[in-house]
Amino acid sequence: MSDDALPGDNRTHEVLAARRRPRPASALSSVVTLAWRALLKIKHVPFQLFDVTVTPIMFTLLFTYIFGGALAGTPAEYIQYLLPGILVQTIVFITVYTGVGLCTDIRKGLYDRFRSLPMWQPSPLFGALAGDVLRYSMAGALILVVGLILGFRPAGGALGLLMALGLVLVFAFALSWLWIIVGMLVRTPESVMTTSFVFLMPLTFASDIFVQLDTMPGWLQAVVGRNPVTWLSSASRALMHGQPAAGDVAWVLGASAVIVLVAAPVAMRLYHRER
Amino acid sequence: MAHAIEVHGLVKSFGTTRALGGIDLNIRAGSVYGLLGPNGAGKTTTTRILATLLKPDAGSARVLGHDVVREARAVRQKVSLTGQYASVDEDLTGHENLVLVGRLLGLSWREARQRATDLLDAFGLSDAAGRQVQTWSGGMRRRVDIAASLVVIPELLFLDEPTTGLDPRSRNQVWELVRRIAAEGTTVLLTTQYLEEADRLAERLGVIDHGRVIAEGTSRELKASVGTSALHVRLADADERPRLQALMARVLGREPSTAADPAELTAGLDSPAQAAAILAAIAEAQLEIEHFTLGNPSLDEVFLALTGRPAEDAAAEAAR
Repeated sequence: MSDDALPGDNRTHEVLAARRRPRPASALSSVVTLAWRALLKIKHVPFQLFDVTVTPIMFTLLFTYIFGGALAGTPAEYIQYLLPGILVQTIVFITVYTGVGLCTDIRKGLYDRFRSLPMWQPSPLFGALAGDVLRYSMAGALILVVGLILGFRPAGGALGLLMALGLVLVFAFALSWLWIIVGMLVRTPESVMTTSFVFLMPLTFASDIFVQLDTMPGWLQAVVGRNPVTWLSSASRALMHGQPAAGDVAWVLGASAVIVLVAAPVAMRLYHRER
Repeated sequence: MAHAIEVHGLVKSFGTTRALGGIDLNIRAGSVYGLLGPNGAGKTTTTRILATLLKPDAGSARVLGHDVVREARAVRQKVSLTGQYASVDEDLTGHENLVLVGRLLGLSWREARQRATDLLDAFGLSDAAGRQVQTWSGGMRRRVDIAASLVVIPELLFLDEPTTGLDPRSRNQVWELVRRIAAEGTTVLLTTQYLEEADRLAERLGVIDHGRVIAEGTSRELKASVGTSALHVRLADADERPRLQALMARVLGREPSTAADPAELTAGLDSPAQAAAILAAIAEAQLEIEHFTLGNPSLDEVFLALTGRPAEDAAAEAAR
């Protein structure tokens, strides 16, 4: 095989004799570099992105055309209600990949290399998060485009869409910290997936993503009404349709802040722990 | 600076398992040092402490004049680690992997790209540079992993079992690279399970067992303790072994070592001529032998000579 032979001594000499040590990269530069790595992964493994958007698109089609008439009178009317929630569900599910990616890196030994480099030690975490926020935005844009094609007509216009997407990204960023913890505690990427789905399934289905809160029995309303995913989908729906959303937005921001304040210190502690 | 690595009484436990029971090591700058031992002996733990990935429970370790715990960052600036498993991102191309490391070490994008191209060229990986690493062969992955440790040439390079799992051809290529790296003045600490590897690359060796250095010296000195070659004799009848043992001890002037096989004996030889003398004595004594082999002493023989038990037993004990 032509690409498998070692060249002559003289060619390695120059490369191995280069003895210049640059100044270590700044924290910002190493985070940017690691975010670039996350983007390269999307480029090389686009399947990861489609994988998590195909299911929501199926859901959108199924719910809109099969249940839409029954739930909201007509499918066209139902998609106005459903799509903001589907966006939330999609991105909330993709956050799991933050933990999956981290667990994979640790298992493959890549974190040993990162940790032996003279850089700001938490860079890999923040680089991965920055890359993930980009990934969430792409998935979000994809869902919105599909929605628009299927007849979703947000009254709030582009500004409403952007504000809603921004709010979902804030919540997704917060949620990612939980999966970072899971990613460092369990052994395999597959178990990150299963562990987190145990939480995410009830979190997304016991919400008002698919049906309105007031159609549920009273006791269930009490539960679903306190689910942060309900706040998020209500807020996104209101923002996209140009309706007042301040209350739900405040709840979402509050919940995100609480998650970050609790989970981030734990995650950092685990990250610095020996393994 | 006389010593690149100075280690005194290094102790490390994981839960109730004691991985290191007091390691002492002094490694001269500008040399290749081989840390030899079976699986679970403590080679990787020692390497990880020296590369600042683990903190010792007791003892001290200085790398290039810096304490590995208190001055971890200063150590990281001067060393590179190539761990036991290829620590590159398999989703990325070889070139992208090296650019990534270059950027994290503080090179500009342009410098990092140039350096990646040069290294891949020097390591014979140019043709595969643009392909995802997951499509590469094991030997090529190992090489790009070592290349990643040389994006900025370190003063000290840790290579943890660099050829484990490689085919002979890839192994020879890695050996050649290690020689070239050392020839340019980088100190190399190499861990290995293979005596042959340590013998070929390292000027000095430390034999490690149960988290302790049990022997230290040049390859020649270590081999002198087991003889330059080894003779294995297997008898047709295991009951005759005491006779064979007495006979070999008489010819050699020292006791042969007993193997796990009850019909077999192994003796380190000072010269191949002694093998002829032993075989002649066996014929004279009319002992029936099933077969005999003459070979270079392996890690097993070093271990037998140093600890009185084979390396496989040591690995099995460590795994328990």
